[in-house]
Amino acid sequence: MKTSLAQFQDNFVDALWHSNAEPMPLTALSSHFLPRDGSPPLEPSALDKLRAQPGFKIYRNTVIKSCIDALMANYPSVLRLVGTAWFHAAAAVHARNAPPIDVSMQVYGQHFPDFLKHYEGARELPYLADVARLDRSWTESHAAPDEALISASDLTHLSPIELGDTVLRPHPGARWIWFPDQPAYSIWRSNRESAEPDGELAWCAEGALLTRPHGSVIWQSAGLGLCTFLYACARGCTLAQAAEAAIQADPTQDIAQLLSELITAGALSPATPSHYS
Amino acid sequence: MVAGGPRLAWLEAIRQHYPIALHGVSLSLAADTEPDPVHLRKLADLIERIEPVLISEHLAWSAWRGVYHPDLLPFPRTNAALLRIADNISRTQDALGQRIAIENPTHYLHLEAHEWSETDFLRELTQRTGCGLLLDVNNVFISARNLQFNAADYLEQIPADAVMEIHLAGHSEDSELGASLLIDSHDAPIAEDVWTLYGHLIDRIGARPTLIERDDHLPEFDVLLSERNRAQHQLMQQQVTA
Repeated sequence: MKTSLAQFQDNFVDALWHSNAEPMPLTALSSHFLPRDGSPPLEPSALDKLRAQPGFKIYRNTVIKSCIDALMANYPSVLRLVGTAWFHAAAAVHARNAPPIDVSMQVYGQHFPDFLKHYEGARELPYLADVARLDRSWTESHAAPDEALISASDLTHLSPIELGDTVLRPHPGARWIWFPDQPAYSIWRSNRESAEPDGELAWCAEGALLTRPHGSVIWQSAGLGLCTFLYACARGCTLAQAAEAAIQADPTQDIAQLLSELITAGALSPATPSHYS
Repeated sequence: MVAGGPRLAWLEAIRQHYPIALHGVSLSLAADTEPDPVHLRKLADLIERIEPVLISEHLAWSAWRGVYHPDLLPFPRTNAALLRIADNISRTQDALGQRIAIENPTHYLHLEAHEWSETDFLRELTQRTGCGLLLDVNNVFISARNLQFNAADYLEQIPADAVMEIHLAGHSEDSELGASLLIDSHDAPIAEDVWTLYGHLIDRIGARPTLIERDDHLPEFDVLLSERNRAQHQLMQQQVTA
């Protein structure tokens, strides 16, 4: 029976991802190649011959290696923490569970932090998934759309009421995370900067802010007030509402200082014109 | 193809000083489906921004049913595949408003269902769609070794007028099977046999923009430049005698 191009591609993909590392004996292969559209099974001999050729492993190896290489490039702090062999093993499992859906491998691995959170091999490293979230934040910040940054002068001419009603938008390149349980930012930072930790690590909650103000991604620690404020802005709250949420989260939060910090870091885009009525 | 940020800024900065050829690996023209309209739109945006001198893609597939398999995968060159791929190339050229060049892939497998030779298939695609060809001489050499055909004969059959660009690269031998399975690894100097094929090719078709691909085991810059100079010398000689 003649195989359609689509059937060939379905079966080739199955063989790429679901076959063992070594070529199978011809007799063991036919059950792998059942068409998905319910049509009769493919003539096994043609596909069996294809799978049994030594060249098939080149495709299988290249596909998985490309995924692992992309994860290594996109999660450098995780790699530095766990070493190449550990990372390879985990990345290979993840790539089979969650192969790329976007053709841009620069952004592959969106679900890798979640995978690490539940990965048996990472049970002894409870901070690994959070460190991975920060590597992911870096990648997202790096590839985010270009957009202007807000400056202090955009806000200074507003009356207090206008200011309170303004909706501030986080810049597309801004990422912030609050870690309530562990110092994931400190761990990430020392690995991202390939530095030794400064003294003994205090095991406490902390947050991180990543921004891309002038063509490269920068990072700084962030308090609960700052993170809460940005979450509120991202939800479309007014500045007054976001400030209230921030103060509720951290009663010591100074809002003027917070705004200045966010503007300096490049975390905010200009508010939409309708808010400057 | 990212939305923004330093990568695009670097590309634009390079574009200020040099012409750029955009070489794609993921349009998946040989998949049995139409090219992804989102991918085409992003590519059209990039082209508008960068104004490349040449756009190329591979005669291969990689994206299929919503999953990207990051490699250049083979397919049987059937009549049905020809119709599908010609249609995909035409759709791509229409969406981009430009002619594209199609690159011959590296082969590692004997497929039984071919109804066309690769050279006839490529020629037919150029005639049906007006596309050009990107001829990778290293790919031809590797495929000829792996599938036991004659590389020089293959190159003879390529229509000269269609060739818009040439690629050269190094390859390696499979760690288990040695010279009977060559791999397009781009991690070694260009092989002497590939230089010879390149010389004969440009003697026949004339000088063409030539790119040397090197992705891994990078040597000193001088060594890379010496390969570039050797290609440039061959191209200049060709132009002098033409």
